[in-house]
Amino acid sequence: MSTDVSMPIEQTPIAGVTTIVDRKPAVIFGLATAGLALILLFAGVSDDTTFRLATPDDWAELPAVTVPAAPTAWLLVLICALCTAVSVSLLLKERRTPMVLVVVFAISWMIGFLTWAAAGASIPMVGLLAGSLALAVPLVFGALGGVLGERAGVVNIAIDGQLLAGAFAAAVVGSMTGVTWFGLVAAMAAGMLVALLLGLFAISYFVDQVIVGVVLNVLIIGLTSFMFSQVLAPNAESLNNPPRFDKIDIPVLGGIPLIGPILFRQTAVVYILYVVVALVTWALYRTRWGLRVRAVGEHPQAADTVGIKVNRTRYRTIILAGAIAGMGGAFYTLVSVPQFNREMTGGAGYIALAAVIFGKWDPIRATLAALLFGFASNLQGVLSVIGSPVPSQFMLMLPYVVTIFAVAGLVGRSRAPAADGVPYIKG
Amino acid sequence: MQLVLRGITKRFGTLVANDRISLTVESGEIHCLLGENGAGKSTLMNVLYGLYQADEGEIELDGVVQHFTGPGDAMAAGIGMVHQHFMLIPVFTVAENVMLGNESTGFAGSLDTQAARERVREISERFGFDVNPDAVVEDIPVGVQQRVEIIKALSRDAEVLIFDEPTAVLTPQETDELMEIMRQLKGAGKAIVFITHKLREVREVADKITVIRLGKVVGEADPKSSNAELASMMVGRPVELTVHKGPGNFGDEALVVEGLTVHDDLGRVHVDDVSFTIRRGEILAVAGVQGNGQTELTEALLGLQAHVRGSIRLDGSELVGRSVRRILEAGVGFIPEDRTTDGLVGGFTIAENMMLNRSHGEPFVSHGSLRLDELHEFASDKLKEYDVRAPGIATLASQLSGGNQQKLVVARELSRDLRLLVAAQPTRGVDVGSIEFIHKQIVAGRDAGVPVLVVSSELDEVVALADRIMVLYRGRVVGVVPSDTPREVLGLMMTGERPEGAVA
Repeated sequence: MSTDVSMPIEQTPIAGVTTIVDRKPAVIFGLATAGLALILLFAGVSDDTTFRLATPDDWAELPAVTVPAAPTAWLLVLICALCTAVSVSLLLKERRTPMVLVVVFAISWMIGFLTWAAAGASIPMVGLLAGSLALAVPLVFGALGGVLGERAGVVNIAIDGQLLAGAFAAAVVGSMTGVTWFGLVAAMAAGMLVALLLGLFAISYFVDQVIVGVVLNVLIIGLTSFMFSQVLAPNAESLNNPPRFDKIDIPVLGGIPLIGPILFRQTAVVYILYVVVALVTWALYRTRWGLRVRAVGEHPQAADTVGIKVNRTRYRTIILAGAIAGMGGAFYTLVSVPQFNREMTGGAGYIALAAVIFGKWDPIRATLAALLFGFASNLQGVLSVIGSPVPSQFMLMLPYVVTIFAVAGLVGRSRAPAADGVPYIKG
Repeated sequence: MQLVLRGITKRFGTLVANDRISLTVESGEIHCLLGENGAGKSTLMNVLYGLYQADEGEIELDGVVQHFTGPGDAMAAGIGMVHQHFMLIPVFTVAENVMLGNESTGFAGSLDTQAARERVREISERFGFDVNPDAVVEDIPVGVQQRVEIIKALSRDAEVLIFDEPTAVLTPQETDELMEIMRQLKGAGKAIVFITHKLREVREVADKITVIRLGKVVGEADPKSSNAELASMMVGRPVELTVHKGPGNFGDEALVVEGLTVHDDLGRVHVDDVSFTIRRGEILAVAGVQGNGQTELTEALLGLQAHVRGSIRLDGSELVGRSVRRILEAGVGFIPEDRTTDGLVGGFTIAENMMLNRSHGEPFVSHGSLRLDELHEFASDKLKEYDVRAPGIATLASQLSGGNQQKLVVARELSRDLRLLVAAQPTRGVDVGSIEFIHKQIVAGRDAGVPVLVVSSELDEVVALADRIMVLYRGRVVGVVPSDTPREVLGLMMTGERPEGAVA
């Protein structure tokens, strides 16, 4: 027997990864295209559709685009069909559908749908998108809070509670002091308080994090509803009459056609949001703090063996996350609506949670996901105002349908932080 | 640096894991801590590393008494540990893992990744480690991951390095390389504590040997002692290290596996076109480093894997596509590799565990109700026959020691009429006494004419039990070779090489 002549097994085709390509994009493309085509077939339209793109203060006024509804919509269906065909052929070659294709498809489909739904009327595109951003603000704050918590290994179902507590605290403190900024700070404090409770049970007492989160939500709903009916309602003038943040038109930027009025004629809270998104992203990936947060969320024991205090890190992170989510709550009472109302978040915290997962636990992606959900919500409102043929009940479903499709359908497999939801017990 | 442990005692409830252990380790010396699984070696090291606090005793470095409240303190004092289960974050890069907890930062706490990469490169070059700082840990081989652990300790200027069972996950070649690294570190003046239960390794590198049994130091041993002397010190009585096995009496081919391919939900292939046969009365042992498809192979035989192609025929009838229950009824016995998750129900009694594979019908169930008398009688018999040391059959499985738990599994599986026995890591985490016993039982099954498939990551066990050896590498069969194949050849094969002439 000789051992000096040998053949490495690498020279033979090795066992490895056969990519199982996700069928979902192709299927969803196909179904969505067919759906749109069916709508056009059976509820055809003959009018023109106008897309209004300008607002009065832009540098240059973009012209309104008017197109004949039916041919345009059919053209877009054709584009969707092409995308579907490409996706199917990629699937047959065992390759993934690239993100670009998904984006092209989504935009074509959306414009096709809008063309049909708004036939005979005109759609204010700026209003549609700016409104989407407004509706998305609490979702983005909530989602950022969620991303931070889960990256540190704490599942935060209580985002909704944090939003609601934030809204309540902002309304009360804002009304009492008459200063919007105090209201905002109070909202952050309220979010932190909820986070502290979550931490106490989830981190210190190892209670199941999902259960604690749900219970906290119920608790906050109960508390704020009680306070609302017993304290706020009788003293609405002094306790539930908060001042509101004014819109600030940023010079120059605010005048950019289309983009300016959407992004740069907003309130201070929205500008804070931009900063927070950037800061959280930078901090999570580029700082010592972020490295440690991710470490305790992935492998707390390993973090412990290099001298990182796991539970202290988790507490700090979720309390910070609570402050961020609380700011989202303040948006409700200091920007959107001028007073606090019972259960006024309408489950937005759960949509934010969906955005965390759809965004694969990444701050930027979660932000984009939240914006998508905001768009879906606002579309519903805009279409019912311009009088679209879709029954309003169906339109009300839209944000939730988008959520389900997004999370279940298009995400594909995403990997949560390995120790997400697992309490760290030493030894 | 001189490390002195003096009278360390650590209790968990009523269990005394360390009983007044004293130890001295000097710079430039490799000090072996030899003992069986559960002897208290790892507990002692966790005390030293600050993960546990000792109930009594003190730790002294260069004459200064230390009070560690956490691993951070131990590291600051110059103690580094290479953990048995690596303490690395799989989704981080090597550099990120090395700097974690010890980060150099720039503006506003921003990470100085460049410095960490330099540090990794520098240490890596000094000791010839060949580690890429930008590789993601989960993508690199286990042997390299271990070097990352070593770099982690060295980058914190560790003077005392603890290696906790470092060779469990390594190929023989990687083990040799590790020994070389340990000698180099010793040459660089580090004090090394090497925890193991493998005698060969101890004799190869140790300067000093301390033997621990049942939480106590039983004495120091000379590195020149024989295997038998060391083993009897470790176990507390003379042990037979070899398996007595007569020449085989082989019958027809009972198990025929052809073109077996197993992949997981993500499409990764774990078993790739594997074909082999086992004759009646023959033990085929599967050698290979952990994670080369052994787990998936055994689970596929039992019908536990979802995506299986190919054919598994037992006595002529096809097993692929059958339910687990049908496969068990075909006479397949299975000793799973992890007894606590797959082999036993911890909260069940010994008797209840005994009937886990006989829960359908006679003899223990009739008309949907348990026949407890039959069960209890059966369980009591088997308890004696298989030497399971327990107060009685009503004892919970979770209260047994590893060795006794494993004997319970073996008893349950071997006490049926078997047409095939699949034993995955049958003696992992089991004391030497129980290993002897379990090996005897497996050989007895073989002598009774049962075809046996043994999977083990311990080469010693493979060589001791096998009539033939099949080596797996990355899910493929490298070769099937006779049991007297030299260890070096087997070691080479485990890295995927096919020594010419060795492969049947």
